Amino acid sequence: MSLSRAKDLRLPLMNLVRLKGTPILEQLHLEERLLRTSSDNWCIVNDGTNVPTIVMGMSGKPSQLLEVGPVMEDRIPVIKRFTGGGTVIVDKSTLFVSLICNKDDVPNVQPYPRSVMAWSGSLYDEVFKSVNGFQLRENDYVFGDRKFGGNAQSIIKNRWIHHTSFLWDYDVRNMAYLKLPSRVPQYRLERDHTDFVCRMKDYIERSDFVEKTVKAVRNQFTLKQVNLEDIDSYAKGGYLKTTRLLTMEELEEAMADTIQNT
Amino acid sequence: MALRMWASSTANALKLSSSASKSHLLPAFSISRCFSSVLEGLKYANSHEWVKHEGSVATIGITDHAQDHLGEVVFVELPEANSSVSKEKSFGAVESVKATSEILSPISGEVIEVNTKLTESPGLINSSPYEDGWMIKVKPSSPAELEALMGPKEYTKFCEEEDAAH
Repeated sequence: MSLSRAKDLRLPLMNLVRLKGTPILEQLHLEERLLRTSSDNWCIVNDGTNVPTIVMGMSGKPSQLLEVGPVMEDRIPVIKRFTGGGTVIVDKSTLFVSLICNKDDVPNVQPYPRSVMAWSGSLYDEVFKSVNGFQLRENDYVFGDRKFGGNAQSIIKNRWIHHTSFLWDYDVRNMAYLKLPSRVPQYRLERDHTDFVCRMKDYIERSDFVEKTVKAVRNQFTLKQVNLEDIDSYAKGGYLKTTRLLTMEELEEAMADTIQNT
Repeated sequence: MALRMWASSTANALKLSSSASKSHLLPAFSISRCFSSVLEGLKYANSHEWVKHEGSVATIGITDHAQDHLGEVVFVELPEANSSVSKEKSFGAVESVKATSEILSPISGEVIEVNTKLTESPGLINSSPYEDGWMIKVKPSSPAELEALMGPKEYTKFCEEEDAAH
């Protein structure tokens, strides 16, 4: 047996699902299902989503986080996801990487937000080691002081998910749908969106990033590629689906709240 | 135990127990070894919830250890009154840092009251996890479930062993 194979035998197994252009709602539904009904570890990579979509965290309030009028006028879908964290607008250029782990398979990481966040930072340190200025800063991935990756997590009894949306490129017009949130990291200072974020494409090749990410994960897990069509055999049973698309009525209510508070 | 309670209340008074003040002092993966308080008279679950049983009512919340490890709580999701909870099943969630963390009920029963103050003031869970930060009051359906929970000494040891393992 080769040394590399012997080493693999000691690493926990992780299933790798590679998607391209999968709608973000479908991706999030898949993640929530796998977190709650599978007992395996998973790495999901989605290369872009199909249409520009706003994704809020579990506690997000559209009237506080969105310019609801333009969102409704331009019919931008708004999703509330099952994880915490802030609001992003994602599109075909966004890269998504999600890691679902059994806590016992990552034994040096306590199933609490800061511990998981720090572990993710060390994983992406490997990915970006040839890029100057990468760090996990507070809870964001940055180059220097500019954010390019937003993180969120959900922690259940024996498992957790850490997922990231990477800002490969962005349209400044899309940023205009988002308000400046009330809770911001300290390092943001008072910068608006365009001064706070940066484009990942200016720092690394797209395929290079994906392959280096898979390689970094492979250093900690034995990876097995799984096709989307085969997921049913891994995820059995019912679960409470909390990720959802906001209805027109909810957006209209948010619009009314906004008008009332101005 | 008393020393821990004093240390925790002093730390709170000096605002030393907030996640923001501690986090920049910690290297990656390390866990705060500041004292977390464990109160006498309560029972504890290995998922870090506490239960206070008084007559036919059991009050449930999360422990000081849990709130310390979670960080600043910014949102709490709780069940409705008259709903039911089941032992070791989720009854709600807290959001802290960028994470939602589910809260498991240590016992089964009917929810008779929910702490509505947590909607406007989720930080009560951090500042007062055993008092103002209580989450739900339950009428237990199986009082024997309370006996299976840990006492203060056992829970303290459990937390120490859990932290030492990482």
